[in-house]
Amino acid sequence: MIFGIDIASMMLGGLAAGMVLFIVSVGLSVTMGLMGFVNLAHGAFAMLGGYVIALTMRHWGVGFVPALVIGFVVIAAVSMVLERLLYARLYGAGELDQVLFTIGLVFICIAGLTLLVGPENQPIALPDALRGQLNLGFIHYRTYSIVLIVVGTLIMIGLWLGFERTRFGAQIRAAVDNRRMAESLGINIDRLFAITFGFGSGMAALGGGLGAEFLGLDPQYALKYLVFFLIAVAVGGLGRITGVFYASLIIGVLDFVLKKYMPQGGTLFIYALTILLLLWRPQGLFGRST
Amino acid sequence: MTMSAAPSDHQAARALIARHHIRWWEPTPWVLALAFYFAFPQYLGFGTDLLVWILFAISLELALGYAGIVTLGHAAFFGAGAYTVGMLAFHGIWNEPITSLIAAAVVAAAIGLASGLVLLRTTGLTLLMLTLCTMALLEEAANLGHDWTGGFDGLPSIIIPPLFGLFEFNPLYPRTQFLYVLGVLFVCFVFVRTLVYSPYGQSLTGIRENTLRMHAVGAPVRWRLIACYTISAAIAGIAGGIWAQANAYVNLTTLGLDRAATVLIILVLGGYGRLYGAFVGAVAYVALSHFLSKYFPTAWQLGLGLLLVVIALFARGGILGVCDNILRWYRHKFSARRPTS
Repeated sequence: MIFGIDIASMMLGGLAAGMVLFIVSVGLSVTMGLMGFVNLAHGAFAMLGGYVIALTMRHWGVGFVPALVIGFVVIAAVSMVLERLLYARLYGAGELDQVLFTIGLVFICIAGLTLLVGPENQPIALPDALRGQLNLGFIHYRTYSIVLIVVGTLIMIGLWLGFERTRFGAQIRAAVDNRRMAESLGINIDRLFAITFGFGSGMAALGGGLGAEFLGLDPQYALKYLVFFLIAVAVGGLGRITGVFYASLIIGVLDFVLKKYMPQGGTLFIYALTILLLLWRPQGLFGRST
Repeated sequence: MTMSAAPSDHQAARALIARHHIRWWEPTPWVLALAFYFAFPQYLGFGTDLLVWILFAISLELALGYAGIVTLGHAAFFGAGAYTVGMLAFHGIWNEPITSLIAAAVVAAAIGLASGLVLLRTTGLTLLMLTLCTMALLEEAANLGHDWTGGFDGLPSIIIPPLFGLFEFNPLYPRTQFLYVLGVLFVCFVFVRTLVYSPYGQSLTGIRENTLRMHAVGAPVRWRLIACYTISAAIAGIAGGIWAQANAYVNLTTLGLDRAATVLIILVLGGYGRLYGAFVGAVAYVALSHFLSKYFPTAWQLGLGLLLVVIALFARGGILGVCDNILRWYRHKFSARRPTS
């Protein structure tokens, strides 16, 4: 019985972390699948979003939920401007140019935040309703983790509906599968790109704010977790929302379990698994082979 | 039809034949390096560091600039070389400098071959991710293998005996280190230069430019890439090994994303695919970072970020590419005027 509770609490903790990973990475997956753009600055958008949320809460006294909305909107707007002005110039370029450009953006964000806000960790205070423990009947668990799981699941359902059931979602799916064909059918790819990019970056901002409680929020955030975001996308398969969802949850739970039982070599194990998986299925666990 | 000149008289043919000839300006870096040795004896430690970066960037040049393998994990080989030298010396197994370097090259090449065999099946994002993960894997392994690698603290103060039994490695006055690294760099550079001007090097450029067509003409694309990756790894291993010897310690920074990104930036800053980009990029980067990062570390990172964005968007050839464009513009202006005068 004790063992069962142990497993349940590990699953819940891992799922909560996986949900945050999903919320941050889903935009990266769609933009990479849609535009073939290696956007290493995605983590920086999550970080900037976290900062917007933390600073509006502290200086303007905005509540947690409104701050999340503000973070989403601000980062979505900023990233759409960036997309139209800068990213769009590099759509046809090689990966190397894209990698350099986005690493440059990451450096600018890290240095900018260090200069403007400071190098220290920015805590995000949770509202009282989200603190404490929640009685789930069989186990008492942290309310915030449960809320994250619920919110992540709702976002997943919303995204899935938007992707599968709306006209805009159908256009994105068409463009991911065959961009040229979609373009020749009269889909406005430029507009599609800009909106999707902005939305994905906004989601990253949301994830940055929601995850700050256990991932922390300092200027190194953009690089520290980048590998994890990329692994979630690569394992899930480019442009597959459900793929990223499952991949994130697997990584989240695996990381949680490994940290408990192999506190030393857990990360090693995840890297090794990723390498093996990508060798076996270069298109990712849930991606369609081309 | 008039009698045309022999094919070798054609301008393009002459350029092709003379491609590998040594140009008048090519001894410049070596002259400058020797001049630096005599002119700035107090900056030799900095100079040694610079030369190691050049060597490391040249190894990446082979893989990235010539074969077009976009990798984010090249520091894996640098670290492998550094740890080979470090562990052999620290555990008292072997520490003669030259043979240790050869061991570093062999170990790095073995890792390059093993990973290349599997990684180079993929392209694009998957390849990028796999190189990144391989490096992260090695970094974690070095962090965990505490008994052998010293873990997070690394291996402090390894003992390197005098070079050829004669020249002492003095940490305070690194004359031997500077000349030693310069010599190794020269040998490696001559090797790489010969390689890229050989038919093999030409086929690498072909693979970079159009993989499909190289398949079509019957080139063994995969094996060429694997061979190139392995050679590149070996040279990166030498760079790492010599770094460990010159600094007399090894730590986890030899393996991280930081170092892999820095070498990429150096190469791109100078201009990749043009052999001397590594020299120009390393001088520009290391000199700037040495003097700026000490006093304004954050502003330095900001400037570096802006520089990268500008290079990626507007100046893809790096510093040398910009120089090339200016030269071409001048020549164009000059030759356009000539007929009218």
